[in-house]
Amino acid sequence: MTASAPPVPRLHIVTGKGGTGKTSVAAALALALAGPGRRVLLVEVEGRQGIAPLFDAPSLGYQERHLAAGLDGGEVFGQSVDADEALLDYLTLFYRLGSAGKVLQKFGAIDFATTIAPGLRDILLTGKLKEAVSRAESGRMAYDSVVLDAPPTGRIVRFLNVTVESGRLAKTGPIGKHSRSVARLLHSSLTAVHLVTTPAAMPVQETVDAHRELLAADLPVGHLVLNRVAAAKAVEVDHAEIAAGLTRAGLAADETLVAGLMEEYAAARHEIEAVDAYRDRLERLGRPVDELPLLPEGVDLSGLYQLARELRPSFAGARRPLSGGTDAA
Amino acid sequence: MRPDTMRPTAATPGGVPELDVDALLGDKEKHVIACCGSGGVGKTTTAAALALRAAEVHGRRTVVLTIDPARRLAQSLGMEALDNTPKSVAAVQGGSLDAMMLDMKRTFDEVVASHTSAERAAEIFANPFYQAVSSTFSGTQEYMAMEKLGQLRATGKWDLIVLDTPPSRSALDFLDAPARLARFLDGRIIRLLSASTPGARRSMLSLMGASAAVFTRVFNKVLGGHLLTDVAEFTASLEDTFGGFRKRAEATFRALQDDQTSFLVIAAPEPAAVGEAVYFTRRLTEERMPLDGMILNRLTPVAASLSAERALGAAAALEEADADDPVAAVLRTHADLARRRAAEERVAARYAAACPDVPQRWVPALGVEVVDLDDLRAFGAAAAGALPSE
Ligand SMILES: Nc1ncnc2c1ncn2[C@@H]1O[C@H](COP(=O)(O)OP(=O)(O)OP(=O)(O)O)[C@@H](O)[C@H]1O
Ligand SMILES: Nc1ncnc2c1ncn2[C@@H]1O[C@H](COP(=O)(O)OP(=O)(O)OP(=O)(O)O)[C@@H](O)[C@H]1O
Ligand SMILES: [Mg+2]
Ligand SMILES: [Mg+2]
Repeated sequence: MTASAPPVPRLHIVTGKGGTGKTSVAAALALALAGPGRRVLLVEVEGRQGIAPLFDAPSLGYQERHLAAGLDGGEVFGQSVDADEALLDYLTLFYRLGSAGKVLQKFGAIDFATTIAPGLRDILLTGKLKEAVSRAESGRMAYDSVVLDAPPTGRIVRFLNVTVESGRLAKTGPIGKHSRSVARLLHSSLTAVHLVTTPAAMPVQETVDAHRELLAADLPVGHLVLNRVAAAKAVEVDHAEIAAGLTRAGLAADETLVAGLMEEYAAARHEIEAVDAYRDRLERLGRPVDELPLLPEGVDLSGLYQLARELRPSFAGARRPLSGGTDAA
Repeated sequence: MRPDTMRPTAATPGGVPELDVDALLGDKEKHVIACCGSGGVGKTTTAAALALRAAEVHGRRTVVLTIDPARRLAQSLGMEALDNTPKSVAAVQGGSLDAMMLDMKRTFDEVVASHTSAERAAEIFANPFYQAVSSTFSGTQEYMAMEKLGQLRATGKWDLIVLDTPPSRSALDFLDAPARLARFLDGRIIRLLSASTPGARRSMLSLMGASAAVFTRVFNKVLGGHLLTDVAEFTASLEDTFGGFRKRAEATFRALQDDQTSFLVIAAPEPAAVGEAVYFTRRLTEERMPLDGMILNRLTPVAASLSAERALGAAAALEEADADDPVAAVLRTHADLARRRAAEERVAARYAAACPDVPQRWVPALGVEVVDLDDLRAFGAAAAGALPSE
């Protein structure tokens, strides 16, 4: 890394419209980033427990845990960050609450505080990310990269815009200072917000909108991931050719079979053309566009590694070895 | 599943009871149909399509209450403005259909206004914490959907109300969120807080001991003093209204248990959505809520009956002679569809295994989106098992 090159992102935030594949892509990206000797932390928020089942692992908790071997020998760890636990941590750290914290929790006061102040919740969650990104252990960074399975596009700007949110809370004291340092990380080139979409009208539109809103909020957009792209080769073919082809291949070319195949192929062709249009639209945003195939059997563990291999080449930069203890703060 | 049952025209699973959507829509004893399910499975689409079919095919005076519909669907139903009252859908052929989308903030305001004096209401509306509760709180949308349902029912203007449910991760939220919100607003901490405004501090201290002092001191530092004050003031002005609308929400909830109501659970053929459908079905059974069926939506349509293996074998044979044989590409496309469909049916089988008595209907993906009235008619026909064969 030359001195002038901007730092490679170490905090990867994966968002997108609901159901487009945020969790799957975040998990695949974590595997892809875990190159030789690297340690990657995969984080989820809001207690979704979407990550563990992908890895056939028991539910994730507040404590980081080894999850899987990455591509080419790295390691992926998993964590489910909970705002209540984070607030307790925070209070313990800054106010030396000791056992009073537990009492507050028992009374529902912790839950209450994060409920009445959703902005506080977001600051606490992003604060945990910052801590994981900047933590050093025995002379090196604890994690080379941190990947977040983030809230959907509809909420992402609010979630990441901690300084704005903290403006609604107490301005002085540790929370203000804390949120300013989190904001510095989130607005820096150490962070990249990746947008996942499927080739369909609404998700693509949400991606375009989110891209604009992120830029307006001065948050760094990373890659656009076009997920669930059905593989089909564009060919010209008619009824008679299909019938002849089936016969050549030793299948009975009955009329309904030919008509059915024709109908399916016409729909698939239509889809390929639509995908091309969506890809163009995404490319016009001027960010790298990664394409992931629609896995016919859904995303299981082997499918996850397949998606990781697809992502690896375009994240090669982020897998470069680090030059020691670059601090995020 | 045999390949020939994969035709979209025969989209019902073998071996499980079949959901008769037309019998349900035509049943004059049913006045509410609630479409529930996890996020993105097709609740809004199903609600709109069934309401349209109830009006057009069964001649019922129908209203559909949608929540956050996609913009183009809203336009098709003539719901351009979010004005919180049903408007007639012009292009309906036979019967009558009204449609509306829920404005939760406005509904909350209406409820407050109807339960308290104008002066108190104004105080509540001005409170920043009320503004947060009524517009961004989780659970409010569910709560207000129930409230609106109750209001629509009370007018007696419609013979059938089709209810869409809010986009939340879990279908259970529709049942649980209103009570959770009510508990929160009525709960111990909020009461303590309203007692913690200057002057009443002692009562709070005696309840929580030393932690209470820490609580106010620390939370004022963390949250800012104004927030706790807002909450405390809000709680104080809510005293007289809250009992009112909490009771109402409970009454509406209980009304969902009667025979005039029907629940449909919607699922997509994906593990998470089917898992949610199973949980939701169990809960409805426990709560003695009337569940009439499950709609499995957006199955991959397969039109040719040929197994994926044979298609791939044939494609490979053709490619041996000519690597670019176009028929091989056609066969590979079919194999992909057939494999996707088979995987979806394996996922769907989990529901049938867990809930064998619940009638099902499978609806194929109809193109990429369901937006105009014709799309909705096609969806309704598919849901009724009456897809016109092309
Ligand atoms: N490339 C793919 N091929 C096939 N199936 C996929 C692919 N990507 C995601 N899926 C499937 O789509 C569904 C949704 O994916 P996922 O849970 O990753 O999305 P999400 O955006 O995290 O959803 P949510 O908004 O609910 O958190 C899952 O069933 C997943 O297995
Ligand atoms: N059978 C179908 N064929 C094709 N497209 C469909 C089908 N069912 C639903 N869709 C499309 O899928 C998208 C999601 O559907 P819809 O909005 O009804 O889901 P929802 O469950 O209401 O989602 P949310 O939880 O966000 O409210 C819409 O674009 C809709 O047009
Ligand atoms: Mg997810
Ligand atoms: Mg909806």
